Amino acid sequence: MNNPTTNNRWRTIDIVISSVVAVAFGVIFWAWGLLWNGPADAIPLPGRAVLYGMWLVPAVLGALIVRKPGAAFYTLSLASLVSVALGTAWGWSIVVQGPLEALGAELAFAAFAYRVYRLPVALLAAVLAGVVASVYDAFVWYPGTSWASMRLPYILITAASSLVIAGLGSVVLTGALAQTGVLDRFAAGRQRAAV
Amino acid sequence: MTSLLSPVAAAAGPLARRNPVAKLAAALVFTVPLLATVDPLTPALALAVEIVALPFFGLGYLAVARRAWPLVVAAFGIVVTMVLFSASRSGTLLLALGPFDVTTGVLTTALALALRIFAFALPGLVVFATTDPTDLADALVQNAKAPARFAIGALAAFRLVPLLAEEWQMLTLARRARGIDAGHNPFARLALFGSTAFALLVGALRRGGRLAVAMDARGFDSGLPRTYARRQVFGGLDLLLVIGAGTLSAGALTTSILLGVFRPLLG
Amino acid sequence: MSEVVLRDFGWRHAGRKAWAVRGVDLRIAHGERVLLLGGSGAGKSTLLAALAGLLPEDSGDAEGSVEIDGLDPRKARERVGIVFQDPQTQLVMARSGDDVAFGLENRGVPAAEIWPRVGDALARVGFRYPIDRATAALSGGEQQRLALAGVLALRPGLLLLDEPTANLDPAGAALVRDAVARSGDADTTLIIVEHRVAEALPLVDRVVILEPGGGIRADGPPAAVFGAHGDHLADEGVWVPDRPLPTFPQSRSNSSDIFVRVTGVAKSNRLAPVSMTVRAGEVLAVTGPNGVGKSTLALILGGLLAPTSGRVTALGERLPPHKWRAADLTRRIGSVFQNPEHQFVTNRVADELAAGPRRLGRSPAEVTAVVDELLERLRLTRLAGANPYTLSGGEARRLSVATALATAPRLLLLDEPTFGQDRRTWIELVALLAALRDDGHGVVAVTHDEDFVTALADRVQSLDHAAPDRAPPHGAPPHGAPPLGEQSGSASQVEAPSAPEVAGPAGAGLVDRP
Repeated sequence: MNNPTTNNRWRTIDIVISSVVAVAFGVIFWAWGLLWNGPADAIPLPGRAVLYGMWLVPAVLGALIVRKPGAAFYTLSLASLVSVALGTAWGWSIVVQGPLEALGAELAFAAFAYRVYRLPVALLAAVLAGVVASVYDAFVWYPGTSWASMRLPYILITAASSLVIAGLGSVVLTGALAQTGVLDRFAAGRQRAAV
Repeated sequence: MTSLLSPVAAAAGPLARRNPVAKLAAALVFTVPLLATVDPLTPALALAVEIVALPFFGLGYLAVARRAWPLVVAAFGIVVTMVLFSASRSGTLLLALGPFDVTTGVLTTALALALRIFAFALPGLVVFATTDPTDLADALVQNAKAPARFAIGALAAFRLVPLLAEEWQMLTLARRARGIDAGHNPFARLALFGSTAFALLVGALRRGGRLAVAMDARGFDSGLPRTYARRQVFGGLDLLLVIGAGTLSAGALTTSILLGVFRPLLG
Repeated sequence: MSEVVLRDFGWRHAGRKAWAVRGVDLRIAHGERVLLLGGSGAGKSTLLAALAGLLPEDSGDAEGSVEIDGLDPRKARERVGIVFQDPQTQLVMARSGDDVAFGLENRGVPAAEIWPRVGDALARVGFRYPIDRATAALSGGEQQRLALAGVLALRPGLLLLDEPTANLDPAGAALVRDAVARSGDADTTLIIVEHRVAEALPLVDRVVILEPGGGIRADGPPAAVFGAHGDHLADEGVWVPDRPLPTFPQSRSNSSDIFVRVTGVAKSNRLAPVSMTVRAGEVLAVTGPNGVGKSTLALILGGLLAPTSGRVTALGERLPPHKWRAADLTRRIGSVFQNPEHQFVTNRVADELAAGPRRLGRSPAEVTAVVDELLERLRLTRLAGANPYTLSGGEARRLSVATALATAPRLLLLDEPTFGQDRRTWIELVALLAALRDDGHGVVAVTHDEDFVTALADRVQSLDHAAPDRAPPHGAPPHGAPPLGEQSGSASQVEAPSAPEVAGPAGAGLVDRP
């Protein structure tokens, strides 16, 4: 009775927790906007892409916690929707871009049949999401800018940022959350020693 | 914060009363085709249509302007990016800045992208300002056949947003009470932000766990087919809204093609 | 009507070494009304979760059997309704009527029947608002009433109440009790876990006491049970009725040192102008109805919020507290929040205690000394390496008090320090505060708890909601004077919307912490 079931059906707690992660990040992004409204915008692109990975954390984190097919997709898409509702600068376009990035992450987990949730897969998911995000931006928001000096560095920096923040960062974050006991109903939380 | 969330129009305008899924679909159908081009005329036309449509959604211009000001910042950012990194600096030279020459070509593209930000953002703003989240969830389930458990789960979590926002303020105050403040050092601010975000996540996850148990206790996972206490109907007028949005969008694109201004995104 | 039978039932949560509940043999007949008690750790919440069929199937270990009308609880879920203690995490929808309808929708009740049943349920609990009232605009007590309505709409045969008034102020608790009394009928079996025992007694006819570690200690009518086991129970922390609490009067005469002087301080929309003083060697209780701004005042006194008008002068400093650097603030005024988890910044208890002194630049040797002393004093030594978020409610509260004391402030501010405490931790905390007061610290406590005021407060500052433009309220005379209920205006504030200051307390969730 101690092993978690490995079926792919979403329990209520899976749905609620991924929704809550999405919504919490919506609030975190809002708070981020409050914090950096002036200063960050002064940094010219592609330098600003260094923190891009932050926007992709919900996808990887959602999947690492819930470990069900579609977790990455659902969590990031909902987080995007909540961001739009709370009013981010890029607004509505995120409703289209968010799910696309989320699909990128989802692909990585799907490639391992939704059975592996260790660091390498998380990194892959993060990078895929980051590449989709930055390529979308490069074509949709920055057409007409030079590939050599702007778009290619932008994509590379975003990919690196995603790797570190959304990939490695999500794994570390999951571990830290597990230590607080909030993930006890999930496989991610069972790494905690018996109390 | 809550003023950003609460619907502003309270169904004052005829279009605001349309089915939420219709409004969402109309917004998507109107904006996505705009991505096909990089000329300034198309988004300008689209923006004009949107501005004219605002009163029909029961939204006042002042209310919209207040919610739209972050877009101004983003638009400015794009203009700067274009000036710095434009690939082709064709057209008449306006300002000689060496490698950052400002030409009419550069400004046209910059203008197009800036207009696009507004043209793209406004429909989303309108949808969220005139739609109650419960109604949207209901319509997604009943009319768009979205999975009910996810829609309700999302709705229940969304209800926690104002609570989490308040909690963020509390957590910030609590950190000051612990002797932690960041001053102007950006790294310290980042660290403080991270610590606060982590605490928020822990609190949110704890709440989520309890919420899930409470929902199950009221039969959420009963497996029985759900019934609907609030009906959402998708009727002829709603379909008309979606078709109308599509037509207008196509119209804007056609106009710029006919006038020879059209510049495709790819190629 | 439902019958409950437990035979040697036990449960252990995943990842725990100890059994939450063990060896429980219990039979509850149709229509009985039972109060379930036991010290903390006795497994009351787990037992209710088991009856509601909410224990996870895929983790944890079970022993024995539990049956409701002969069925496994997971199969008998439609016969059971349960109300939990935190109103915010039980309400699902944004509008009141929709929330009650939620359960009916889940069970596939035909649409035509839904709204009549919603109306019925709301009337049964005495809910006074229209069905489109926003749930966020309800007070805690009203939210719990709504939660009860949501459960009753499903017509359960067995109604379980898991500390329904734990997160509420006395006014809210009264609302809920009234709703339970009103809506009860002879057909519903009721099992209630409630720490305010005296107030739950009128609702029940039988008391069952769980023994921590296993089994049932006592079972029978209230008078008999409390007569035989009352003292032992009180020692374990149960709020046995009619047992007096110790008082801690001031040991020396009124000191003259004024720590903080507040003149005409107000915060727009949240706090009407207040003037008061806070002195050394004195416990000041700040009281008032919900929504009047007690927590806002505590934040202003603590230098965490700037007032929109008025002046605060503290500890001889020229600048007001909200302008001090955070490190200086910790040396002078310590704030203990209502929810201890808001203040955790590290992942080990020992590091939490060390964080403050380290920021002040104390030497490692000094830091260790302070940490060890506090761990000892607040009985946290065994938990020194634990993650703060895994602590129980009482332990978390002690830790948050300890972290405030680590930087040796002269004034300590506490927001609802006795919220949700059992009798034992309550007495401990009050004794600790009395000791601090006797050492010369100033203590200010924002509180709803009348027992706390009686036991400890040397002066009471009552914030009155009724007249924001009246002359500032005066402090009431020391304990022994007429009860606070006679202060004007408080009784009418029952319907005040839940203000940010009445946040939920730490942990004490359903199954994550017994």
